[in-house]
Amino acid sequence: MDVYRPPLDDIRFNLEVFGYAERIESIERFADFDLETAMSLLEEYSKFCVDVLKPLNASGDTVGVRFDPADHSVTTPDGFKAAYAGFTENAFNTIPWNPEFGGMGAPFSLSTLASEVLIATNKSFSMCTGLTAGLIEALEAYGTDAQKEHYLHKLVSGEWAGTMCLTEPQCGTDLGLVSTTAVPSGDGFELTGTKIWITFGEHDLTENIVHLVLARLPDAPPGIKGISAFLVPKFLDDGSRNPIFCGGTDHKMGIHASPTCVMNLEGAKGWLVGEAHKGMRSMFVMMNAARLNVGIEGVALAEAAYQAALAFAKDRRQSRSLSPKKQDRTSDADNILVHPDVRRMLLNVKSTNEGLRGLVAWIAMSYDVMHHAADAAEREKAEDLVALLTPIIKSYGSERGFANVSESMQVMGGAGYTKDWPVEQYMRDVRIAMIYEGTNHIQALDLVGRKLPMHGGRLMRVFAGEVTALLRECADDPRMAEFTGPLKDESKRLNATTMEMGAAASADHEVIGAVASNYLNQFALVTLAYVWAKQAKAVLELDEADPKRRSKLQTARFFYQMVLPEAATYARKVAVGKACMTDADPDLF
Amino acid sequence: MKIGVCAKITPDADARIKVAADGQSIVLDGVKFGISDYDEYAIEEAIRTKEKHGGEIVSFTVGDASADKQLRSGALALGVDRSVLVTENPGDPLGIAKLLAAAIQKEGGFDVVFTGKSTIDQQNFQIGTMVAELLGWAHVTQVTALEFEGNQFKATRNMDAGIRQVVAGTLPAVISCEDGLNTVRYAKLPDIMKAKKKPLDSVGAGAIGGDAGAARSSVGNLAPPPARPAGRMIEGDAATAAKELVRLLRDEAKVL
Ligand SMILES: Cc1cc2nc3c(=O)[nH]c(=O)nc-3n(C[C@H](O)[C@H](O)[C@H](O)COP(=O)(O)OP(=O)(O)OC[C@H]3O[C@@H](n4cnc5c(N)ncnc54)[C@H](O)[C@@H]3O)c2cc1C
Repeated sequence: MDVYRPPLDDIRFNLEVFGYAERIESIERFADFDLETAMSLLEEYSKFCVDVLKPLNASGDTVGVRFDPADHSVTTPDGFKAAYAGFTENAFNTIPWNPEFGGMGAPFSLSTLASEVLIATNKSFSMCTGLTAGLIEALEAYGTDAQKEHYLHKLVSGEWAGTMCLTEPQCGTDLGLVSTTAVPSGDGFELTGTKIWITFGEHDLTENIVHLVLARLPDAPPGIKGISAFLVPKFLDDGSRNPIFCGGTDHKMGIHASPTCVMNLEGAKGWLVGEAHKGMRSMFVMMNAARLNVGIEGVALAEAAYQAALAFAKDRRQSRSLSPKKQDRTSDADNILVHPDVRRMLLNVKSTNEGLRGLVAWIAMSYDVMHHAADAAEREKAEDLVALLTPIIKSYGSERGFANVSESMQVMGGAGYTKDWPVEQYMRDVRIAMIYEGTNHIQALDLVGRKLPMHGGRLMRVFAGEVTALLRECADDPRMAEFTGPLKDESKRLNATTMEMGAAASADHEVIGAVASNYLNQFALVTLAYVWAKQAKAVLELDEADPKRRSKLQTARFFYQMVLPEAATYARKVAVGKACMTDADPDLF
Repeated sequence: MKIGVCAKITPDADARIKVAADGQSIVLDGVKFGISDYDEYAIEEAIRTKEKHGGEIVSFTVGDASADKQLRSGALALGVDRSVLVTENPGDPLGIAKLLAAAIQKEGGFDVVFTGKSTIDQQNFQIGTMVAELLGWAHVTQVTALEFEGNQFKATRNMDAGIRQVVAGTLPAVISCEDGLNTVRYAKLPDIMKAKKKPLDSVGAGAIGGDAGAARSSVGNLAPPPARPAGRMIEGDAATAAKELVRLLRDEAKVL
């Protein structure tokens, strides 16, 4: 049973709370995209996702993709091709792209929030358009004019799809280990090597596939400083087949309808993107957007799982309430919503997920501001927030997302574990988000090792400034005290943790590796506390009887009383440092 | 061809409907609105007709001024060229039909006007027929297939027991559209943007020379359906359960 409805109301609410009107509509190029118009776009997009993509989700999972070694082809499950054609025909894939290349020129924040619905209705399908988006971003930033002209029109229209070919058997997290080679040949290069786990590396949805491949030039310095990026199309301009062949697809836990391919480059023709040996730069361009999207995968499937759990819970009767007053004497058992623990689980999911959605809305809009706002100071501030909070969204969003799908399953008892409900598929589909696009620990290292020290600690000061500003705005409102008090305490604690960790780490770098993951989680909880305070403040403007006000305040209260206390535990774990891990004798393992 | 289409804004098909305290209306707060489902078929058929025969599409709505939003995203973004919104609130279906007919006449020159077979909120099944009668045009209800040739049309309608009836006639005509006539398209996102700039005229009854007249019928009382009794679970393995289900359907429910 599948009950999912796109949470457009909450998406709209968060766009409002985090200042869509002031921050986005005020940007000249977005003047046409007022909130009403934006919501019309999201509504039509969501309608398509629910009507067309959702029905293919379970069948895609069951059937999976089919690889044919005879011609290296990969066939997507029934219905995917038509769905892809419909998706692109309606231009649902073109929201944020430059009109010069056929895009709508709409805010990135809209396509980002829309992607929650896309992922929730069919995560496998979303992988194809998601990877293409990454390639478009890299090309817009580093492609030559000729390359843009040649590739972007068809990538934006969706006639062609894109991939990211980074990973090799010996090279996952550590991209310095890339060994695929590129040697000069004609007007370009010839690439040879093996890439693995390439999402949508081969498929039948588009007439051509353009691969962005990391490889090494003959004169490349060793390690990460010797990586270059190349465009390698499946078909060349003259229609001939470029020798980049799929060697097989992986059998995996979830996202069965998303082909995960071995790609063999056998002297495939490629063209350099950006400067030689500076390939990682092109990668970093698309990294923020891609990581933001992976965090949303957690939000999307947690939302879908929550809705299923809630529908189930509203229907299910089991056992008696411990409060005699709540017992329903007309029936042999009470509805399970009478049990505080069922409510605890549902609110755990709801409060963290709605908090994460707010965080995503805030940061996605900051992304637009950082690129397009007129004011340089505003751009810089937005860029700082994006840089600082993107690894948090990726890591906490995917980790909490997985936990939230699991918690939703728990609400449903055995039913959640069966294929009668979609939750078991969500759980398998969402798990990968913690791994790809930089494992979650790599996000934590990025936060602690790169983002905190950046510009002399400026990013953290910008974030703290936002918190302080909110606390000041609410100082005279006694109704906000239940939120502002703990927010203030936890921000203070986070500051202290950051200082102590900084001191310990400058004496011994290995400490970072030991504490970063816990630190990220502590930081994430403080961020969500900020988001919930913003949401609470916004609904306090509404009428007292307004269901939205009551729901948001109650959920905020649950977050502050039942979830935020976890921050103190993470702080304690950070404080103990590394010894309990590094002192262990290698024989122990 | 000059093509007209009548479209009403109603609560969404999956909106949760509650009867208001007055017992005569529904609670509109927090309800999402859209174009009535059967009217969506009418709009789709209008667009397909234009795609095949060329021409222009004008939509007509009697409703609240706020209908503007749904008309842009649900009619103009799909391919309707212009919309006329008559901002009146007649008390009965005849009043609505009179205003629609007046607006259609005022605009003039139509070959065909499409309507839904009914609206999903009131389900009166009256508007298309009344409009045709007021205009003095040919009329077919519950149409599931349609063709035009010159000034002739051929419409297929479904009757009971799966019998199909083919009705031929001369234009102008009012065609009431049934589920199955077509599959409604999605708006292309760029067309939603373009729709913002398409003409949408909000007019009062006076501007179209219409008059809804005094209502001749009114709603007495609305009541929600009785709560559904709990379902019954059939025990046993698949084979036993299936047998028991058939028995129940035959002997108790008497539907087999
Ligand atoms: C379904 C799927 C789709 C994928 N799609 C793509 C794609 O489209 N393109 C592509 O190029 N790749 C893709 N990948 C690969 C993916 O990005 C990698 O799996 C990921 O980057 C991790 O690399 P790895 O698997 O080699 O793990 P490893 O790097 O071997 O890591 C193993 C463990 O060691 C830890 N570790 C590694 N380095 C450090 C460190 N410095 N400090 C502390 N701990 C460390 C990791 O966190 C992890 O827990 C995909 C993978 C999957 C499963």
